[in-house]
Amino acid sequence: MTERPIVIEKIRIVDPARKLDAVGTIIVENGVIVAAGADALNQGRPDGATVIDGSGRTALPGLVDARVFIGEPGGEHRETIASASRAAAAGGVTSILTMPDTDPVIDDVAIAEFVMRTARDTALVNVFPAAALTKGLKGKEMTEIGLLTDAGVKAFTEGRKTLADPALMRRIMTYARDFGAVVMHETQDAALAGSGVMNEGLYASWLGLPGIPGEAEIIPLERDLRLAALTRCRYHAAKISLGESAAVVAGAKRRGLAVTAGVSINHLSLNENDVGQYRTYFRLSPPLRREEDRLAMVEALADGTVDIIVSSHDPQDADDKRRPFAEAEAGAIGLETLLPAALRLYHSGAVPLMRLVEAMTSAPAALLGLDRGTLKPGAPADLAIVDLDRPFVFTEDLIRSRSKNSAFENARFAGQVLRTIVSGRTVFEAAG
Amino acid sequence: MTAPAQSLPSRRRHLIGIAGLSPQDITELLDLAEADVAVSRQVEKKKSVLKGRTQINLFFEASTRTQASFELAGKRLGADVMNMSVASSSVKKGETLIDTAMTLNAMRPDLLVVRHHSAGAVALLAQKVACSVVNAGDGAHEHPTQALLDALTIRRHKGRIATLIVAICGDVLHSRVARSNILLLNALGAEVRVVAPSTLLPSGIEQMGVKVFRRMDEGLKGADVVMMLRLQRERMEGAFVPSVREYFRYFGLDATKLAYAKPDALVMHPGPMNRGVEIASEIADGPMSVIEEQVEMGVAVRMAVIEYLLGLSAEGNR
Repeated sequence: MTERPIVIEKIRIVDPARKLDAVGTIIVENGVIVAAGADALNQGRPDGATVIDGSGRTALPGLVDARVFIGEPGGEHRETIASASRAAAAGGVTSILTMPDTDPVIDDVAIAEFVMRTARDTALVNVFPAAALTKGLKGKEMTEIGLLTDAGVKAFTEGRKTLADPALMRRIMTYARDFGAVVMHETQDAALAGSGVMNEGLYASWLGLPGIPGEAEIIPLERDLRLAALTRCRYHAAKISLGESAAVVAGAKRRGLAVTAGVSINHLSLNENDVGQYRTYFRLSPPLRREEDRLAMVEALADGTVDIIVSSHDPQDADDKRRPFAEAEAGAIGLETLLPAALRLYHSGAVPLMRLVEAMTSAPAALLGLDRGTLKPGAPADLAIVDLDRPFVFTEDLIRSRSKNSAFENARFAGQVLRTIVSGRTVFEAAG
Repeated sequence: MTAPAQSLPSRRRHLIGIAGLSPQDITELLDLAEADVAVSRQVEKKKSVLKGRTQINLFFEASTRTQASFELAGKRLGADVMNMSVASSSVKKGETLIDTAMTLNAMRPDLLVVRHHSAGAVALLAQKVACSVVNAGDGAHEHPTQALLDALTIRRHKGRIATLIVAICGDVLHSRVARSNILLLNALGAEVRVVAPSTLLPSGIEQMGVKVFRRMDEGLKGADVVMMLRLQRERMEGAFVPSVREYFRYFGLDATKLAYAKPDALVMHPGPMNRGVEIASEIADGPMSVIEEQVEMGVAVRMAVIEYLLGLSAEGNR
């Protein structure tokens, strides 16, 4: 696989790992970044290079999305690894961490290897499986954290579920610490959330829908952070949605715990009012919260309390969404809209571009221990070439995911991915 | 306090909720219903305005009185009425809701009357059919014809709705009747109170345009109307209130508590009643009770709604 070298000239390079924001040149050879910066051309162009004019464009490290639900194995009608990777490529996402809630559950080396093998054969982007914390996601017995880690699993999570048993959680965190494994946990107390389907409050009350109180997220989160202090485990709060959750995480960080947190792009962009009249594409878990919580999450992202942004890409087929709100499946796709939606925060001035890009590249790469998410020399050449200002409307016909349940259908964005490169190979090019 | 607006076309095709109706709409419907009360009291109870029209009552949730009321309303207007009860146990997760809607739509009915256990389900179904749809109750969302019949009953006794003090008592949390009534009574200018233990009040109730009370003596003080809500059996025993006897002691309507209301107060209940749970028998059957009259008004209001939606009212026969 000797491909021609690529030289991208006169391009704005934003590389948070090096705090670099400069116009310069990127040189890629053999799938690896050889140089990226203002003076990258000092040693001249490599022979036979494909030269791309990057004027007016911006190169970002390819995005690393640490929360992606896929239907393969078991739910291929919703999404396959291949179709998710096409969606990712179109969104400038070059690495995805896939969640273990598949059928069968990714709780065993053989299944993790199946995912990695299928990805190698069919995917356009890098696919890293996360494994379950407990066998079958049943919340009873821990998975083979050591063997799975050695097999290449980058993180452990119960996916959509929250582990209820605190004693088991403690033991898993203790054991995971010995292997340096990251425990990612989405916290929602199942009993407290009860039959709730949207954020508890006035809006849910008018709609007659059972609500989920914020405490359902905060109580298990506080529990986990106490266990993180006890066990010194590398803990990642996978998807927080409340200002109070961010405050709890900030407290843990101040105490020096090895704790990080993520937020989904949905909770940075939308609020409970978007549910409108029972629009099921806005039924998410955790539920969309109040506008003040959305603003608090944006602030927590800007100040670094929240470390990473995830798409929480969650394909559901139309039949599972075309139902009364309370009976519809939760979740929305998001790989293709992660970057454009995030760029709204840059355009509005809420979050600086460097910080925003960091939260989708070098920060999640560091969390997962990947040598990616940066354009520094020697790194795999995963990058997204973007026109930060180009407007477009995300219409249904653009959706590459096999499922169409986007919370951003017909949304107007400024900032379009023009080309996505994975290990030096162009895997996506925008039309026009 | 405003409830989220419903998307309704200018010339209304559906009645999904009280939300979105203007005070003028409501008054027009009540006036129309007033005329239909007379029809039901004649020996010859039948109008022929709906001759040749088809009405289907589609009930995903068991109901005796609402279904019977809609059936009679349709028949007294001359329509052909068909009842379809879809036992909720056989409906797996609403999967067949859209399918059922499409199937019925293909039979070209003129009106669908729908009750469903899930909030928003009736509006969803209305998007998929070509005919008019009336919400006969969707989850804990709305039950607009109940609120209209309550208003008609009150107006016939008190001559108005505005400035009356109406106390809605009991399980507001799970009640579509309460939501529709809060919207309607506020739209017509009543003072609306809710009285319940906090476990049976929805989050944000203070912002729903009501005064909130946790004690019957305070909440009923000076009330013109006392509206009791049904407490579902599964909520009586520990999950929301400790026991039937404790609930009745503090929140059941008996003579002592009713004495706090105005002497000429009306006692109402949407039915079916749990005697000895939310209401004492002697009150339900007593002189202040208008519960049976509510049932009568139900038929008239539903006739009016059907005429209104199908554009067959006296003014608008098209």
